[in-house]
Amino acid sequence: MSADLFSSFPLRKARVHEVLGPAAVSFAAVTAAQAGAGLLWVREGWRGEMPNPVGLSPYFDPSTLLVAQVKTQADGLAVMEEALRDGALPLVVIELGQPLGLTPGRRLQLAAQAGQSTGLCLISDGMGSNAAETRWQCAPVFDPVFDPGDSTLQRWDLIKNKSGTLGAWHVRWDTASRRLRMVSPAGK
Amino acid sequence: MFDGIQRRVVSAWFPRLASDRMLRAQPLAGPCAVTLRQNNANRIHCLNAAAERQGLQRGMSLSEARIFCPDLQSRAADPQGDQQFLQVLRRWATRYCPWVGLEGDDGLVLDISGAAHLFGGEALMLADMRQRLTRAGFAVRIGLGDTRGAAWALARFGEGVAAPGQPLETLGPLPVAALRLDDKTLTALQRLGLRRISDLAAAARAPLTRRFGPGLLMRLDQALGRQPEQITPLADPPHYGVRITLPEPIGLQGDVMAAAARLLDQLCGKLKAQEAGARSLCLTLRRVDQEPQEVELRLARPLRDPQRILPLFETGLREVGAGFGIDQVRLEATRVEPLPVRQISHVSSDGKDRLDDLISRLGTRIGIDNIQRFLPADSHIPERSFLIAPAAYCEPAGPWVALRPRPLRLFPPEPIAAAGARPPGQFRWRRMSLTTARATGPERIAPEWWLDDDNWRSGLRDYWQVETRQGRRLWLYYTPQDPGWFVQGEFA
Repeated sequence: MSADLFSSFPLRKARVHEVLGPAAVSFAAVTAAQAGAGLLWVREGWRGEMPNPVGLSPYFDPSTLLVAQVKTQADGLAVMEEALRDGALPLVVIELGQPLGLTPGRRLQLAAQAGQSTGLCLISDGMGSNAAETRWQCAPVFDPVFDPGDSTLQRWDLIKNKSGTLGAWHVRWDTASRRLRMVSPAGK
Repeated sequence: MFDGIQRRVVSAWFPRLASDRMLRAQPLAGPCAVTLRQNNANRIHCLNAAAERQGLQRGMSLSEARIFCPDLQSRAADPQGDQQFLQVLRRWATRYCPWVGLEGDDGLVLDISGAAHLFGGEALMLADMRQRLTRAGFAVRIGLGDTRGAAWALARFGEGVAAPGQPLETLGPLPVAALRLDDKTLTALQRLGLRRISDLAAAARAPLTRRFGPGLLMRLDQALGRQPEQITPLADPPHYGVRITLPEPIGLQGDVMAAAARLLDQLCGKLKAQEAGARSLCLTLRRVDQEPQEVELRLARPLRDPQRILPLFETGLREVGAGFGIDQVRLEATRVEPLPVRQISHVSSDGKDRLDDLISRLGTRIGIDNIQRFLPADSHIPERSFLIAPAAYCEPAGPWVALRPRPLRLFPPEPIAAAGARPPGQFRWRRMSLTTARATGPERIAPEWWLDDDNWRSGLRDYWQVETRQGRRLWLYYTPQDPGWFVQGEFA
């Protein structure tokens, strides 16, 4: 496999990162668990899916989660910029529906730098912005070893990294100790 | 009597307050009534004079009243509005004397000791009061006496004026009901043959007290001035509005902010004196062309700290057009909540304050109700196991307990094609072909029959945790009472 996950995983502070793929929400949950108390989740109100607070409770305390329901993506970006610049919350997550332009991407990076808090954009395939510090692709993987209480085995691909190398890792969230565990892929 | 000044009290009674107020708002000709819904029937709450002449009474049901008087017009009563209006009248009555209180829910009591000469004597003052109220459309009955009890009696029974110092001469012929007694006592007094106040005053006191308790003679003594009775003047509710008028119109944002800062200092001083904090504020900017513009600000927490409130106005002010300039700025706290003074301690962190400020600032852009937080709810139904509430109006609550694994994402149930009580070996979901590798379950959840929920019409649900060969772990359920399979969530 490739370089050490922990050189790039607790996401670099004061930067904005991107994540895509079917397990993006769980990547966000792990990030929030490691960033400490306080999380703002910016989402467009009309979207049906919501993070389930009961499902988030194995990761972090859902009472520290704030949800901002916005009407348009422009509002959402403004809210995110304001929250990043303020720095009262260590992590701000936004669900993006349209690709991010260069200017908004850069503005978010500057805001994150000013407030020393981390931003995370949940994007769809092919929507990456040039300004992102890192981009991750996360997908669940079938695990032949059966353990009913365990969380899903996931494959995290680091597909863009502005200051470091790329890589791919198999990881799983350890619910009991609330830590991320690296797993060597089966059959290797 | 008190410090050499004879105490004089006026009692004003509005016998038809509700209907008079209604008729003031929308004048109607002919008999009309105000009805109140009591015990599932519309009963007459108040009548105008024309309806009373037709023989209608209060407490009658409306349908009965319509039989007596087919052309009766009626409106619904608004007791709360009446009370507010009585407060308005109370405030108006302070033009006669500063000591004005409420008497029941349809009267006022004024202590005019030493104030009557300002209106040229008691008679002229009462005439002025009566004339003004009648012109405003209110039926009023006014009594004047040495005590609150005497004034009450005279207002309600045989309108009149008791001469100073001799209450019994005027009050004597009035019935005992004028003493503010309850019905039971009144009936008993009737049976004893004590019909008038003079009868009661002449009767022996000890047997009366033995029979009726101290209340009866207390009322008599209060009316005759042998026992004092207070009038509680109500204070005006504090007004949280300040304004500044400028000699020259201003247009720069910095200038407007400076004006707002001055107003905010004043307003916060007022709030501090009342131990209150503003929850929402409204800044009105009047332009020279007389067109006012408003900037609303809603806060995540009651606040009275000018340094924290002022920057929150910046976003709103940016969108205001000054036109030819602004010559008046007005700031009002439209919603105020109690905010007691708190002990400052070295251990209290400012993290919560910072977060509240952030919520207020984001709220100026997307509306403060759109920043929400989750609260745990006591339900087994997955979509009802949490509540979403505006973060500004609730505190974080816990603990969050998940007895069984719950999916990270929940969505509205999506049907899949499958049959049988066991999870399908292969199924298609969101244009993906998935193969079941393992299924854990079932976990049966029964609908909450005490809540009518359309989504749970299909009855019981057997939830399965399905791991697919493609990696995804889904939350499927089967409805045995109305066979069908659905996907409701995805695990992490």
